[in-house]
Amino acid sequence: MSRRPAGIAAIKNKSLAQAKYRDKGNEIADNQFAQMGKQMQMFKGNLEDFATKHRDDIRKDPEFRLQFQEMCASIGVDPLASSKGFWAEMLGVGDFYYELGIQIVEVCMATSKRNGGLIGIEELRRKVEASRGRNSQAISIDDLLRAIKKLKILGNGFSVHKVGGSFLVQSVPGELTLDHTVVLQQAQEKGNVTKSDLVNTLGWEEERARRALDFMLKEGLAWVDHQSGSEHSFWFPSLIPDFSSSLN
Amino acid sequence: MDRFSWCDGSLFPEEHLVEQQGGVAVYDGHDKTPFVSGFLMLTTHRLLWRDQKNRNCVISLSLSVISGLDEQPSGFTKRRTHFRSPRSTMSWRHRSCQVFTCCGLRLEASTPNRVWSRSSQSNLAKITCTTVKFFHTPTSELVEMTCIQPLAPVYLQFYRSLKEEVKKKRWESHTAPSGTSSAATPSSSSSQGLLPRQRPGIVGIERSIQAKNKETNKNISQAFQDLRNLMEKAKDMVNLSKTIATKIKEKQGDITEDETIKFKSYLLSMGISNPVTRETHGEGDKYYSELARQLATLLTKPIEESGGMMTLTDVYCRVNRARGMELLSPEDLLHACELMEFLGLPVRLRTFDSGVSVLQAQSQNEEEVVSETSAMVEKQGNLTSEQLAQLLGLSVVLAKERLLMAEKMGGVCRDETVEGLNFYPNRFLSEA
Repeated sequence: MSRRPAGIAAIKNKSLAQAKYRDKGNEIADNQFAQMGKQMQMFKGNLEDFATKHRDDIRKDPEFRLQFQEMCASIGVDPLASSKGFWAEMLGVGDFYYELGIQIVEVCMATSKRNGGLIGIEELRRKVEASRGRNSQAISIDDLLRAIKKLKILGNGFSVHKVGGSFLVQSVPGELTLDHTVVLQQAQEKGNVTKSDLVNTLGWEEERARRALDFMLKEGLAWVDHQSGSEHSFWFPSLIPDFSSSLN
Repeated sequence: MDRFSWCDGSLFPEEHLVEQQGGVAVYDGHDKTPFVSGFLMLTTHRLLWRDQKNRNCVISLSLSVISGLDEQPSGFTKRRTHFRSPRSTMSWRHRSCQVFTCCGLRLEASTPNRVWSRSSQSNLAKITCTTVKFFHTPTSELVEMTCIQPLAPVYLQFYRSLKEEVKKKRWESHTAPSGTSSAATPSSSSSQGLLPRQRPGIVGIERSIQAKNKETNKNISQAFQDLRNLMEKAKDMVNLSKTIATKIKEKQGDITEDETIKFKSYLLSMGISNPVTRETHGEGDKYYSELARQLATLLTKPIEESGGMMTLTDVYCRVNRARGMELLSPEDLLHACELMEFLGLPVRLRTFDSGVSVLQAQSQNEEEVVSETSAMVEKQGNLTSEQLAQLLGLSVVLAKERLLMAEKMGGVCRDETVEGLNFYPNRFLSEA
């Protein structure tokens, strides 16, 4: 007829049961997530294989091509997977180097927020190889340089600088970089800034800091003080009025 | 309580009456049922309960579903003294129930009686037990039988007989009765066959998830067997890939840690459905102008988002990602961009003295830029290119360029000193 009023034990039992249900629920969700991860890997492997093997057939059918691209987009697979081949190696013909060019620029764009558009060639090589997927051939530094050469026609916005025995790829030109503005902000307080200031406070690579300061020196935006102790300091005349007024 | 089923009260051919007891009420857990006063009969196969007044009202429970039987001192009776007392209680208990201590006699039913499905439940609406309840409030599954008459020895006798019958399992020695009788004797094979369907609850959920995963895995490997298969199932696979990606994003924020792959995935998702190609749009000028139009449509928004300018190399990457496998060469891209100004498109090519080429959004109208910059200088009193760069969040080079342009148009005047280049409002024009 009427239910027995619940006692403390019943309440305890109930909350215990609920906790167990919750645990079980989490367990199921975790399992499900692991399964999803596996399915994603399956998808990835399959898409990579198809991009390599059936490239021409996929290109022929516009509707399917778009669907294939949608799949690549959701799973994060590179649809461009031409292999180098003999003629590409010998004559530089074929799509291989063009595709590589796209992949190189992509890596540079993706990392530019972090590195300000400057990346060492070895890091670039590693990242390009990783983003090409598991069917990728080994990419050499020579391959990268060849691919970048093909981009030359698109202007000086993308350039390679020799630094010591290695290369540095710059993807954000002086016209577009905000690094100089950031340097000015850093210098605001003291009126000057040193390279190690930038490295320490902004977490920049030394090369990035050096290039920014050199550029500003060259453009006449900064003056260099060779007698400021162990390290050169860079002064910004445009900031000096602010500086002196703050002293008054 | 869902172990009980209706029956007509007649015995099966091989079934014999063993014991009978009057004045028995059936309880569902603690709850009273409509089966208040009747006879309880023990046969070799079943327990039958017949209403005292309405002789057609008979319910039965197969002995085969009883998995346990025990006797306990009744704490229950004390709590129910407002009924007649003393009394003894019997209860059936399903295996998954919590231990229930206040009954006089306890039975455990091992498997659900398959006949008591949800459809037949409507006949027994008065018995409130449902399979759903079964999982959430296990104790409600208890079936109690209360002997109203204070006949302890008789009741004890009944209990002993019941125990004996359950132990003897005489119902097994006969072939399963046919017709209506199957209601009372679920054969092990058929009940097993129905198990998956009849097992909701956690195990059921886990199983169905497992089955679904298996199915999905199968679908993926089938679709990717060869190209033809994939083309046929492309739509489903596109949806599946999106579902998987969404689920993974929900859980860990993104499909991968790798910044390049994230970015690639983003660029690819901006795909264009009908890339302009030489095959579709012919050779020469027509091809290039169509291409230029498509590029302008595609790029206007991203260019504005990235501050009104984008280097041609970035453009090259973006465009080719949007085109997917239909690659565009750097030469063709450059030619198309050169045509943009001529075609009056909202973006156009611009090359700096340094040799850097960019596509620039036309929203940066020259006159607008000049008047904006002049107003800025007016407001601040004077500005250097570095200061303007900071105010606008532009690069220093572009800020300087803006000031020089404003100077050329008479908006500002320069003050060139050893400290650098400074710009002031052009009073020569405004105050003359």
